[in-house]
Amino acid sequence: MLLSEIATSGPDFFYLAPWVVFFPVIGLLINMIFGGRLGEKAVGGIASTASGLTFVVAVLLLISLRTHHEGATVLLAEWISIGELQLDWAFRVDTLSTTMMLVVGGVGTLIHIYAIGYMHEDVRYKNDPGRFRRFFAFLNLFIAAMMILVTGDNYLMLFVGWEGVGLCSFLLIGFWYEMDTLAQASTANAMAAKKAFITNRVGDFGFLIAGMIMFWAFKSVQFDTVFEAAHHVAEHNPGVILAITLFMLLGVAGKSAQIPLYVWLPDAMAGPTPVSALIHAATMVTAGVYLVARSAPLYTLVPQAQFIVAIVGGATALFAATIAVGQYDIKRVLAYSTISQLGFMVAAVGMGAFVAGMFHLVTHAFFKALLFLSAGSVILGVERGHHHAAHGHHHDDHAHEHNEVFDPGDMRNMGGIRKRMPLTFWVYIIGSLALAGIFPLAGFWSKDEILAEALSLNFTVYILLAVAAFFTAFYMGRQVWMVFFGEPKHEAAEQAEESPPVMTVPLMVLAALSILGGALNLPGLGTFTHWIEHTYEKFHLHLHHGEFNITVAITSTVLALLAIGLSWVLYGRKAVTQDQPDPLKRILGPVFVGMENKWWVDELYWAVILNPYIALARFTADVIDWRFWHDWFHDKVIAGTFQWVSRTLLDRWFDQRGIDGFANGLADSTKELAQWLRGIQTGFVRNYALSVFIGVVVILGYLILQ
Amino acid sequence: MLPVSYYVGLSAVLFAIGALGVLIRRNAIIIFMSIELMLNAANLAFVAFARVHEALSGQIFVFFVITVAAAEVAVGLALIVAIFRNKQSIDVDQMSSLKG
Repeated sequence: MLLSEIATSGPDFFYLAPWVVFFPVIGLLINMIFGGRLGEKAVGGIASTASGLTFVVAVLLLISLRTHHEGATVLLAEWISIGELQLDWAFRVDTLSTTMMLVVGGVGTLIHIYAIGYMHEDVRYKNDPGRFRRFFAFLNLFIAAMMILVTGDNYLMLFVGWEGVGLCSFLLIGFWYEMDTLAQASTANAMAAKKAFITNRVGDFGFLIAGMIMFWAFKSVQFDTVFEAAHHVAEHNPGVILAITLFMLLGVAGKSAQIPLYVWLPDAMAGPTPVSALIHAATMVTAGVYLVARSAPLYTLVPQAQFIVAIVGGATALFAATIAVGQYDIKRVLAYSTISQLGFMVAAVGMGAFVAGMFHLVTHAFFKALLFLSAGSVILGVERGHHHAAHGHHHDDHAHEHNEVFDPGDMRNMGGIRKRMPLTFWVYIIGSLALAGIFPLAGFWSKDEILAEALSLNFTVYILLAVAAFFTAFYMGRQVWMVFFGEPKHEAAEQAEESPPVMTVPLMVLAALSILGGALNLPGLGTFTHWIEHTYEKFHLHLHHGEFNITVAITSTVLALLAIGLSWVLYGRKAVTQDQPDPLKRILGPVFVGMENKWWVDELYWAVILNPYIALARFTADVIDWRFWHDWFHDKVIAGTFQWVSRTLLDRWFDQRGIDGFANGLADSTKELAQWLRGIQTGFVRNYALSVFIGVVVILGYLILQ
Repeated sequence: MLPVSYYVGLSAVLFAIGALGVLIRRNAIIIFMSIELMLNAANLAFVAFARVHEALSGQIFVFFVITVAAAEVAVGLALIVAIFRNKQSIDVDQMSSLKG
């Protein structure tokens, strides 16, 4: 590029794109090789710096994109070239992928910093400080994989990242694999990790099928090639596009925790809280939303698929929100809230409101990361209080304290934390209000954009989402009242302590983002809309422009305030302890029991899928494999035949009769000959003399007669 | 003078008697004497042919034969004594321990 062009068109940093993957990989390697000799601060610092540098690169890409709207594709290496299949490791830099890079890099860095403080205490509560380094290696690996996912220029590179983040998710959910969430020896965390991995496999299977159909139909999985040919294929063979999009939806349901594959996400809270915030709320789970937004040129061709995606999203949003109402674990409420909010995003991108979906993705990353990290701060604060309390009772109540398993995450053990942890309280309030969609916080703008789009695009989905929004405000209100207000219900909560600045500073940054995030796409300005549109204009995609709808905004705000008021009536005035039933139970009765028990979906899956599957596995293992293959086929047929051949045919016939017969026969006949010849040796001298005489006669006779 | 065939015929008869004696008798002394008979039959044939051919070599051969026979008798009698000491008998059929 000439200097004059730089002057006119602005700087071009696209060539830096591969560094979004390289930096975390370098950080990971440094920590793996030298981390053992470094202190906790250095390990955390290196990991955070690596993550921070990816954010810097993302910002540079953002600056470049402001003047070069069309973006760029940076070829790093040719990967696979077989016949028609040509796959490269190329980095696709456009407004959509850069948005994801900024979210992953930015929120990721804040969570890295927070985790330095969090893990410092976590590894000590669980008596294994050696694991501190491993945690940060995994976090950097996650950032690298997520960056591969969002920067991939073809569906296969995207899939590589997709699987990479799935692996990191597995590793981090099972980070404390030898215990359960209460640090008791158990396989519970390991089971949760397996559940997440296997459930995601079901979704990945769908994604793979979609990719294979795509290659069959388009002879390519490269984004631009596929999107440009999509119109042509859709005219001749619309079923193919429908199949691709619906199989892709299965992958989306797995990764972004939608019905029917959402069940892994609540259990994923077994991982340390920064993991819940980074992977299972802010970034990884949004990969499905990103996939649909990225595949917009395909989805817009098949309205049936769009309808199904939107309905799945809407149903998930409402369903998960009802479950969140009945939960007592602070992180579990947030987990179901995440599923519900992902439902909002999937519904939005399903309806074709790609900008609204991506907007909510960004703001949700801010406030949900904030909420999870604050929840982690609360849990650690209560844990500290518990240790203080236990220490105070050291002499008189020693045995009792150690036998009792204390759950620092149970909201019924909390209450009144507002006074003990004021900073955490305030940022939590900001996060909750943002999530509930209260003006003018970030969630208000993004959620209302989705609702406004839904009203004009799909009324069913609008109703589902509006009700879900009501529940959202209600369960957040319930949580805030139970955790922060009222009187402490446990001495641990009474003595809870505020977290150190290394944790609270990232919280404050995220709180600021949760307040200001809405400014990204204010009605009338539409900065974010124009920004994302640059990605789509290449494919002449007509994006639906949702206008700000004041009726929708007022309706949802009134609903949210109503829900918060209702939650105050039920939970704000009187403390809920573990001994008494939830106040809502008296009103709703069996419905609340259903919410409390997650509508027995896990039990249903056990009954319908897992138990029959395990029975089938037992059957194949025991009957087919062991009894049929091993006992009958191997032992009887193969080994039996072999033994018959060796014993009867080879041993008895060939060896014993053939070879032994020959050798023994030779010996026997020699013996018989000897037996016969021995008869000549009579021992009588005259016999010998006679034979000599005969011999002489014969020889002489011969000589004479010759 | 008698023709030489008479001597040769006598020699053959003596040899046959000696051979027959060796083959059919069991007494070691008798067998020994039969062997001497065969040797002397040979000596007779030598002398007779020496006379016919007027060559002295045949007669000299006879001296050798007589010498060897004397040595043989010495050895043979010693063997017979040894056998007798062992078996209290000179029956050669008793000496059949090499029977197969």
